[in-house]
Amino acid sequence: MTRFKLSTKYKAIAIGGSAGSFQPITKILSVIPKDFPLPIFLCLHRLKHVRHGFVEALSIKSLKSIHEPFDKESIKRELVYLAPANYHLSIELGNTMSLSTEGLINNSRPAIDITLESAAYAYRDKLIGILMSGANKDGALGMQKIKDRGGLTIIQDPEESMISTMPNSALSVTEIDHVLKTDQIIEFLLELDQMLRSG
Amino acid sequence: MQQEIEIAELRKLTELIKDKYDYDFKNYAMSSFKRRIKRIVELYKFKTIDSLIDKLESTPSFFEEFVSEITVNVTEMFRDPSFWSVLKEQIIPNILLNHNKLNVWHAGCSSGEEVLSMTILLEEMGVLDRSNIIATDIDTAIIDRAKKGTVSLKNMELNSSNYERFEGKYTIDKYFQEQNGKAVFDPNLMRQVSFRKHDLVKGVVFSKFDLILCRNVMIYFNQTLQNDVLYKLHESLFRYGYLAIGSKESLIWCDIANKFIVVNNEEKIYKKIKD
Repeated sequence: MTRFKLSTKYKAIAIGGSAGSFQPITKILSVIPKDFPLPIFLCLHRLKHVRHGFVEALSIKSLKSIHEPFDKESIKRELVYLAPANYHLSIELGNTMSLSTEGLINNSRPAIDITLESAAYAYRDKLIGILMSGANKDGALGMQKIKDRGGLTIIQDPEESMISTMPNSALSVTEIDHVLKTDQIIEFLLELDQMLRSG
Repeated sequence: MQQEIEIAELRKLTELIKDKYDYDFKNYAMSSFKRRIKRIVELYKFKTIDSLIDKLESTPSFFEEFVSEITVNVTEMFRDPSFWSVLKEQIIPNILLNHNKLNVWHAGCSSGEEVLSMTILLEEMGVLDRSNIIATDIDTAIIDRAKKGTVSLKNMELNSSNYERFEGKYTIDKYFQEQNGKAVFDPNLMRQVSFRKHDLVKGVVFSKFDLILCRNVMIYFNQTLQNDVLYKLHESLFRYGYLAIGSKESLIWCDIANKFIVVNNEEKIYKKIKD
C-alpha cells in the first residue's frame, strides 16, 4: 500500500518555486516519463528581463517537452508549461492559458499565487499543487486556494529545501497533505503515473 | 472579501455596465478581469459584488474611477529593448522608403511610456517631424497622465537600462529633468503626438496607419474579443502596414490571421498583406 493520497481524478499539476528550486525541479523533470498523462504548469521566479535560456536550461535533463505558452494557448496534457519572463500565467476555464502584465505580486512577475489560484479555480479538486524551495511567501495563498477547493497540496520538506521560507509559509496558512523530500516527490509522481495508466 | 467571486456575479456586473455606460467587458479574459474586480472591491471596501453594482448603478462619476482601476496600467519604457531595435533598424526605415509621412497608432497607450519611447526613437532617427503619432486609451485619467510626459523616478532605473540595451544614441538623462520625484520629459518630444480617448472594444475605426503598437493589450481579452479587435486593427492599417503585439501574444487563432505575414516572429511584428 502506498502512503500517498493518490487518485485517478487528478487532471493537472502546478508547481511553484524560487531560490533553491532549480536543482530539485530539474531532478524531478529528469525522471517524469515523457508521456506522463497530465499537464504540468511551472511557475518559477526568474529574471524579468531575460526572455531566453530558462526553458533551455530546464530542458537539458527533462524527458518531457517544456514550453513557454503564448496568451490563450490551449493546454495539451503531455506538456510542461513554464510561465514566461515578465508575465503572469493564469489557467482559464475552457482549457486555455492566459498571460498578463499586472503589477508584481510578492515582488514577482510571474507570481506563483496567480498561477496556483487560477489553476485551483479551473481544476477544483482535480489539481495537485507542489511548492518548492524559495525565499519569499509567494505561493502560500495559492496553496491555500488549492486546499479550499479540494485539491492536493504538497510542499518540499523545509528540512531539505535550500531556503525554507516558501514551503514554510504555505505550511503556516493551510493544510498540507504531504511534506516530501525531492526523491519522495518523484516517487509520488511515478506512482501517480502508474495509477493513471492502469486506471 | 474572502469569498470567491462567482461568474454569475461578474455577468450581472458586465450587463449593468453595458446597459448603463455602453462599455462591454463581457469578453475580457476571465482570470485577470476577476482579479481586477477583486482589487476594486478591496480598495473601496465593498462588502459584496452587489454593493459594487449598486454603486455603479447610482453613481455615474464612480464609473470613470472604475474604468481606471479595471485597466492594467503597468508599463515600462523600451520594454523588450530588442523590439525597439528592430523598429529602428528595419521597420521604420522600410516604411519611410515608400512614404514621406509615418503614421503611428499606440492602441492602449496607458501612462505613455511607449509613446515616449517612440518619440525618442524617432527623434534619434531624425524623422520625428515626419511622423504623426496618435495615442489612445479607454481610461481618461491615464491619458491625462500620459500627456504630461512624466515618469516616476523609481521606474527610471529600469527604463534607463532598457534604453541602454536598445542602444540609444545617448543616455536617457538627456531627455528629462528631475522634479519632485518625477522624471519630466522634454515637452518638445510630444510635438507630433495627439492623445484621444478610444475603446478598442466599442470604438470605431477612425484612421489609417503605417504602424500600430498594441502590445500586451489584447491579452486582457478572450479569444472572441481578440478576434473582433483584430478586424479593427486590420482595417486601421494601410496595406503593407505593420502591427506589433506583445512578445507572448499570437494572432494565429484569429479568423483573419492569413491577411498578415510574420515579419519578425521573435518580436511579434506582423505586416498586413491583404485588404
